Amino acid sequence: MSKNLLEIKNLHVCTKGAADGSGTEKEILRGIDLVIAPGEIHAIMGPNGSGKSTLSHVLSGHPDFTITAGSIIYEGRDLATMPIEERARAGVFVAFQYPPEIPGVNNMQFLRTAVNTVRKSRGEAELSAGEFLNRAKAVMARLDMKAEMIKRSLNEGFSGGEKKKNEILQMAMLEPRLMVLDEIDSGLDVDALEVTAGESVKTMTADRAMIVITHYSRILKYITPTRVHVLSAGKIIESGGIDIVHRIEARGYD
Amino acid sequence: MSQAAVDELKGEYKYGFITDIEAETLAAGLTEDTVRKISSLKNEPTFMLDWRLKAFKAWQTMEEPRWAEVNYPAIDYQKISYFSRPKKKLASIEEADPKLLETFNRLGIPLTEQKFLANVEGTDVNSRPVTPVAVDAVFDSVSVVTTYREALAKLGIIFCSFSEAVREHPELVQKYLGSVVPVKDNYFSALNSAVFSDGSFVYIPPGVRCPMELSTYFRINSANTGQFERTLIIADSDSQVSYLEGCTAPQRDENQLHAAVVELVALDRAYIKYSTVQNWYPGDANGKGGIYNFVTKRGLCKGERSRISWTQVETGSAITWKYPSCILKGDNSKGEFYSVAFTGNHQQADTGTKMIHLGRNTSSTIISKGISAGYGKNTYRGLVRIAASAENARNYTRCDSLILDKTAAAHTYPYIEVKNQRAQVEHEATTSKVSDAQLYFLRQRGLTEEDAVHMVVNGFCKEVFRELPMEFAVEAQKMLEISLEDANG
Repeated sequence: MSKNLLEIKNLHVCTKGAADGSGTEKEILRGIDLVIAPGEIHAIMGPNGSGKSTLSHVLSGHPDFTITAGSIIYEGRDLATMPIEERARAGVFVAFQYPPEIPGVNNMQFLRTAVNTVRKSRGEAELSAGEFLNRAKAVMARLDMKAEMIKRSLNEGFSGGEKKKNEILQMAMLEPRLMVLDEIDSGLDVDALEVTAGESVKTMTADRAMIVITHYSRILKYITPTRVHVLSAGKIIESGGIDIVHRIEARGYD
Repeated sequence: MSQAAVDELKGEYKYGFITDIEAETLAAGLTEDTVRKISSLKNEPTFMLDWRLKAFKAWQTMEEPRWAEVNYPAIDYQKISYFSRPKKKLASIEEADPKLLETFNRLGIPLTEQKFLANVEGTDVNSRPVTPVAVDAVFDSVSVVTTYREALAKLGIIFCSFSEAVREHPELVQKYLGSVVPVKDNYFSALNSAVFSDGSFVYIPPGVRCPMELSTYFRINSANTGQFERTLIIADSDSQVSYLEGCTAPQRDENQLHAAVVELVALDRAYIKYSTVQNWYPGDANGKGGIYNFVTKRGLCKGERSRISWTQVETGSAITWKYPSCILKGDNSKGEFYSVAFTGNHQQADTGTKMIHLGRNTSSTIISKGISAGYGKNTYRGLVRIAASAENARNYTRCDSLILDKTAAAHTYPYIEVKNQRAQVEHEATTSKVSDAQLYFLRQRGLTEEDAVHMVVNGFCKEVFRELPMEFAVEAQKMLEISLEDANG
């Protein structure tokens, strides 16, 4: 078995034609290659419409996209054939750019159900209500979240920043192996960005990996990437070190 | 996979068994003679027989309502038996036919008191205090047992079968029977008034707060038998009572009729909370069989500052036609209606409420949650009427529909009549489906699609579930999950 956590080879992805009723398929990713080893943080940068978010959706198994060519191997398994929840249980976590509101569903009850479902599938003991709450409270304190947030309906009436913090809370509690942050920085003020990025870094360990998808360079001041990739029109046009970030910061995507 | 495992997965109706018990049943058919026979079988006083006959005459001149958003073949009222009871009469529960006791055990309804005999408050395994539930169990046409009667009698509370109330407390029955739902109110209430067989009777004396939940459990067992029960609850001044009602029936291919009448009377500052978890047999996946549930429920807030609250969770029945209502006569009185109605497979429900504001400063709240799946049809029908006399009346209505399948339907018919300019009436309504974005999100967090749907639907019903007494809320949630699984089966 490969020592890599994720191996993406020649990945081509289309939107599902039937989804918009038009019957036409649009190719969004046109041959992506990406290899990530445990302990690495990869930043994927690119302008709007370059296919950044599609990549996160394809990793989590969103039903609106079809893989037309190529492969995604995660922990040696063919990720593309796994149902959404099985990927999640295997440790793939995506922090959503726009997490949905679910009225009447208590945030704590939801998160505890999710955490225990995932733990059970890993063969770990379920967390008791007390232990769960203690862990959640510690993360929430670091994220500067109000204690009452855990008692509210899931994302209902949350501000943009509160939703993003709630995503990172879930990520920390679920202890995933592959973390994908999909434009977690959009709409966050400096303080919120600093604490969410800080908690994300804290969640990283030597056997985990992270993909940071972003349009702007500012989040990469707090999360230092191992490698940086620039995505344009569905292809990675450049890969390298932190100097790419500095160049984009200075000159934009042109 | 074993058959049991398959059944478990499909979450089929688990109360569908039939108890083979010796019963005496009146031959099918309905004439004046049938009404006289029912009355004489029950040794009723003349006033009761006269009342029944009057109702029967009225019924003969009436027509079955056709305005509801439900379709079913014409009912042949001459093919129904109007009375059936277990042959063996009981002096105490110990004498009961073991099959009868087993039936209620299988339904999870305790008919014995020993657990809490020492005192009224007991504790459960986690040593949390538990309030026992007093049960009146109605099997086909008769009440077979009522528990905790003596403990309640010490407080002056009367909790007994309706038949017994007619014999033991005729003055209360005569005073209040038909005072909220008049005999001629509608076709089914007239029919019920003529042939009703049994039901529960509750009287709470002034100033008494009933220390336990009172409950009636209805079970239809015999084939081709209709169940026509009558419930009358009177809460005297400054009293309080919480009452629960549950129902199941065997799985049969033919449809069975259930036409009940419930009347509530709340005097000055009294509070009645009435909760229903209705789980009659809904019919099979193709719409064959199931109960026709045509029920008239109404409460009268007679005294000032009185309050009546209806909570219903309706997941069963092939057809539901039901509008638990409040007449807000006393000044400052309050009416509430909280409802979850689920229709899956070929079930049809036309349900809602009427809030009739007569007194000054009266207020009402309506929260209705309709869920339709499969070929289910779910209709909310509600009336808010503010009379000219109802100064400063207020109503808040919220009516949400959730549609789970393309073949399912949701309708909303709110009627609002306002005759006083100082009234304040609010109506909010939404129709939605469980969104793909919600399911995708929940599955990305590790939940199966089925668990994700349960979570979203339970969240949708939360405002209603929290109005139910705790143990009932848990049961209601489970029932809804089973119905959802069945609908997706």
